[in-house]
Amino acid sequence: MNIFVLLKQTFDTEEKIVIENGKISDDGVKYVMNPYDEYAVEEALLQRDQHGGKITVVGVGPDRTAEALRTALAMGADEAVLINHDGAEADEYTISRLLAAYLGQQSYDLILGGNFSVDSGGGQVAVRVARLLDIPHTSSITKLTINGQQAMVQRDAEGDTETLEVALPAVFTAQQGLNEPRYPSLPGIMKAKKKPFQQLASSELGLNGSDTEAKTTRVSLSLPPQRQAGRILQGDYAQQAVELVHLLRTEAKLI
Amino acid sequence: MGKTYVVVAEVRGGSLRQVTLEALQAVSIAKEDGDVTTAVLIGSQITPLAAELANVVDGQVYSIDHPELEVYNPEAYLNVMKQVFEHVAPDVVVLGHTALGRDLAPALAAHLGAGQISDVTAIDKQDGDVLFTRPLYAGKAFEQKRFNGGPQVVTIRPNNVEPAAAVSSPAEIIELDYAPSGSLRSIVKDIVRKTSGKVDLTEAKIVVSGGRGVKSAEGFKPLEELADVLHGAVGASRAACDAGYCDYSMQIGQTGKVVTPEIYIACGISGAIQHLAGMSQSRVIIAINKDPEAPIFKVADYGIVGDLFEVVPLLTQEFRKVLV
Ligand SMILES: Cc1cc2nc3c(=O)[nH]c(=O)nc-3n(C[C@H](O)[C@H](O)[C@H](O)COP(=O)(O)OP(=O)(O)OC[C@H]3O[C@@H](n4cnc5c(N)ncnc54)[C@H](O)[C@@H]3O)c2cc1C
Repeated sequence: MNIFVLLKQTFDTEEKIVIENGKISDDGVKYVMNPYDEYAVEEALLQRDQHGGKITVVGVGPDRTAEALRTALAMGADEAVLINHDGAEADEYTISRLLAAYLGQQSYDLILGGNFSVDSGGGQVAVRVARLLDIPHTSSITKLTINGQQAMVQRDAEGDTETLEVALPAVFTAQQGLNEPRYPSLPGIMKAKKKPFQQLASSELGLNGSDTEAKTTRVSLSLPPQRQAGRILQGDYAQQAVELVHLLRTEAKLI
Repeated sequence: MGKTYVVVAEVRGGSLRQVTLEALQAVSIAKEDGDVTTAVLIGSQITPLAAELANVVDGQVYSIDHPELEVYNPEAYLNVMKQVFEHVAPDVVVLGHTALGRDLAPALAAHLGAGQISDVTAIDKQDGDVLFTRPLYAGKAFEQKRFNGGPQVVTIRPNNVEPAAAVSSPAEIIELDYAPSGSLRSIVKDIVRKTSGKVDLTEAKIVVSGGRGVKSAEGFKPLEELADVLHGAVGASRAACDAGYCDYSMQIGQTGKVVTPEIYIACGISGAIQHLAGMSQSRVIIAINKDPEAPIFKVADYGIVGDLFEVVPLLTQEFRKVLV
């Protein structure tokens, strides 16, 4: 089975966001694999263990994206491909065109991605790729069972669980609960260094600049208004309960 | 020629979803004179809903009613939309940022070769440009975006835009036949509804959330009672989900849902940065925590230092008194 995992590098979720000169500063910021993509990599490993085959992780981004791809190799993926693209002018349209151009030249049975990325949170790329490749997709899956060329998936739809039968090849995006991602082991990290790692430019994918021109542009950035610590209520619990309800009525006017 | 806005309406539990009205309102903010609004309603036995929808749409309502469309299937719904696009060429397609919208919107965008701006919380017009505000890093920052051209796809986050009001002359309803395609590559086999009859977390005006401090699945009971009295929904921290006290679909935060209710009540939640990312835009935050040093108190409007198992039932009692 040929498995591809779409992978994005994001800020560590611990990072505070700082805006400098109209941009989000990445000064001293720690980058990680997008947390949802970890579930996708783990699922690829589990499926390969069961059905055999090869896992290729594919990322689009600047050079540093290689770190997240290497983490996936250290977890156990077989090969990595970095499509070099400086993120500044890219949007989900651009990224999905690049990925689909690459995948269109490959033979694939299963394509996995994260449910969304925790930085830009667009949740578009994997589904767009499925459409561009004209294969079915199911987003936000919490279970995957493959039987021949047929997959059974469970999907989380706002708390409801939907079960679908999907013909492979297909694209699935991983939701929490799908599995428990492993940590890269030390031998895994050593082995990762020797695994095939390909770098590609968009021109090598048969695309020129205008094919991948972003359809959207950021005009401004801002931080949310700082919240002030409010009031700690006093008295016994019963008094506090009365006061809280009173404040919600009179001060906040919400009840 | 004006622009054509196409709003994909959504049905849940036999009613139109509130977010559909919000999406229609988003369109009326963006719209210029001469632009037209078309709403698309897809489902099974939806005739009364089409009439209801027509009251808030000033253009047309396309209604596609078929038993096979009762539940969302990505391929079937995409096929229906392709059929609609043969009748109306969309300039802008607007959906709710819901389980359905998040799945269908990028498929439509790819089909149309369109840009998409997801999870929009506000719409403004500036020098003839329409600007869309959306969160980054789950609300640790916000960006304003615009489209470079058309066509365009937008998803609207529930609970952030006012719902649309009734129009003076209701839209014309156009029924389209659905041609079932025998060759769907994905089929919905089963749906287990865990949330039927409950208020949807992302649309709830009041959210009562539990963290590791609730200590067990059982520990969520008092929170559920409080949420019921307030007609709210129950959410959770990741630690509570990880510990198996509740389903991941309840998780709020950077890798969970982002909620913006009027009142957020955090019970036994410490206030980690990843959790704050998902709820700190709530209008009023109330924290109940044993530990006076818990970081959640730094963002809470009102704090109660104490044991949630004693405080929450007292609150429920008190709300019950004033809400009758
Ligand atoms: C990649 C990544 C992504 C993450 N994404 C998210 C996310 O989306 N959402 C999220 O929530 N977290 C997320 N986290 C986890 C986050 O870092 C915290 O671990 C988590 O939010 C802690 O949950 P908690 O506050 O319930 O638990 P704890 O931090 O353990 O806090 C429990 C609190 O309960 C209080 N308490 C205990 N008993 C009682 C009682 N009887 N009455 C009152 N108070 C009591 C304690 O004083 C304590 O403050 C993420 C972490 C990582 C690494």
